[in-house]
Amino acid sequence: MKVLSFYSTTVGKKLVMAITGLILAVFVLGHMAGNLQIYQGPEKLNHYAELLRVSMPLLWTVRIVLLLSVLLHIVAAVQVTLQNWRSRPKKYAVSAYQEADIASRTMIWGGLVVAAFVVYHLLHLTLGTAHGSFKPGDVYHNVVAGFQVPLVSLFYIVANVLLALHLYHGMWSWFQTLGFSHPKYNRARRVFATVYAVVIAVGNISIPVSVLAGWVK
Amino acid sequence: MKLTLHIWRQKGPQEPGRFVKYELDKVNEHMSFLEMLDVLNQELIARGEEPVAFDHDCREGICGACSMVINGIAHGPQRATTTCQLHMRHFKDGDVIYIEPWRAKAFPIVKDLIVDRSAFDRIIAAGGFISVRTGSAPEANSIPVPKDVAELAMDAAECIGCGACVAACPNGAAMLFVAAKVSHLNLLPQGQPERFIRVKAMVEAMEREQFGSCSNHRECEAACPKGISVSFIARMNRDYRKALWKTVEHQGGKAEGISQFRG
Repeated sequence: MKVLSFYSTTVGKKLVMAITGLILAVFVLGHMAGNLQIYQGPEKLNHYAELLRVSMPLLWTVRIVLLLSVLLHIVAAVQVTLQNWRSRPKKYAVSAYQEADIASRTMIWGGLVVAAFVVYHLLHLTLGTAHGSFKPGDVYHNVVAGFQVPLVSLFYIVANVLLALHLYHGMWSWFQTLGFSHPKYNRARRVFATVYAVVIAVGNISIPVSVLAGWVK
Repeated sequence: MKLTLHIWRQKGPQEPGRFVKYELDKVNEHMSFLEMLDVLNQELIARGEEPVAFDHDCREGICGACSMVINGIAHGPQRATTTCQLHMRHFKDGDVIYIEPWRAKAFPIVKDLIVDRSAFDRIIAAGGFISVRTGSAPEANSIPVPKDVAELAMDAAECIGCGACVAACPNGAAMLFVAAKVSHLNLLPQGQPERFIRVKAMVEAMEREQFGSCSNHRECEAACPKGISVSFIARMNRDYRKALWKTVEHQGGKAEGISQFRG
């Protein structure tokens, strides 16, 4: 099949990673923005949570798109990473990076930690099985009670720092992979990716920090 | 100046290699890096030892033969410079220099610092050409090419196929080389008829050689002696994406490269 023949190359795999990564990044932004309603009190946040579940077909459509994106993103990432390792069986004795930064060099590792975090996050605040006092429907209580455990908050904070690093490279990189490059806006790509990563990190991390500090209770 | 060199020595493709340490006195700062190695080799020959094998040809920065990783950087520390054009004035007295061959599965070591780069030739053979009638030269102005397009195509065509992009890429990817070769033809009117089958054929040929994938580290651009921009990689990605709906696959043909897409 034609699509499969395109996917067989790393250029094709990277195209899939760019598109799925973009879907996930847009979701992460929306998820963060919605959750900031915690600062408007329990009624507002719990009402927002109810709103998301008004239409089950819509909810499951979104969930399936996200799940497929996550799976394709990870499968392609593992495939290209393994090929990259095979492409350089013998390492250099001296390595000196000139442009590659910590973000671009840790995509696979940061990505895998974030993936593990997402599983924990779903068990913690969606299903509640990894939560001490989970009350279905009372999102505000679940978040506040969950983040009052310092170790849990710490994991959320660390995962979000890694997510920001992942986005810092990814939100710049997808332009390149999808072929959007022009001297007119190439500089803006780096600014865009930096702002995107910082906004996500600050927005998300502010919630456990506010709970631990007692500003949200 | 006085230098301590650690050079990768390997007798043949199947032999195990190792670093050998050489002390070199009286290195003149006006020497090129290759002339410095020539001086070392003269000393080795005088001592009855095997000289260090390295690739070189034009020694004026346009052939792409000289290939070595100097202290972790392909073609050494000077940007946009081939090893033959790198002068010893960029080093200091007492420096310790590690010299290694390009390291990639697709570039097997032949001997010491020499690697086999014929993988690049096979990628070019798959689509790095245009199909035109040979014979009398065409009238120069019969196909107008806008100035900026010609300039951009020339920027891509500057690629000398040295393989520094592969050597520098943490993934051992050949994306910058292939992107430059695809772009310089795909930008020009003469390259249009085969534009989309070219990009697909050359990317597939690249994959067959087991190069790595592009992580957009931009190490290739930093190492490229011709300063070729990674924006050509974006351009190739764009053409590859478009090729998804602009090419038709024919049944049966087993030939690789552009010919496989012909009826």
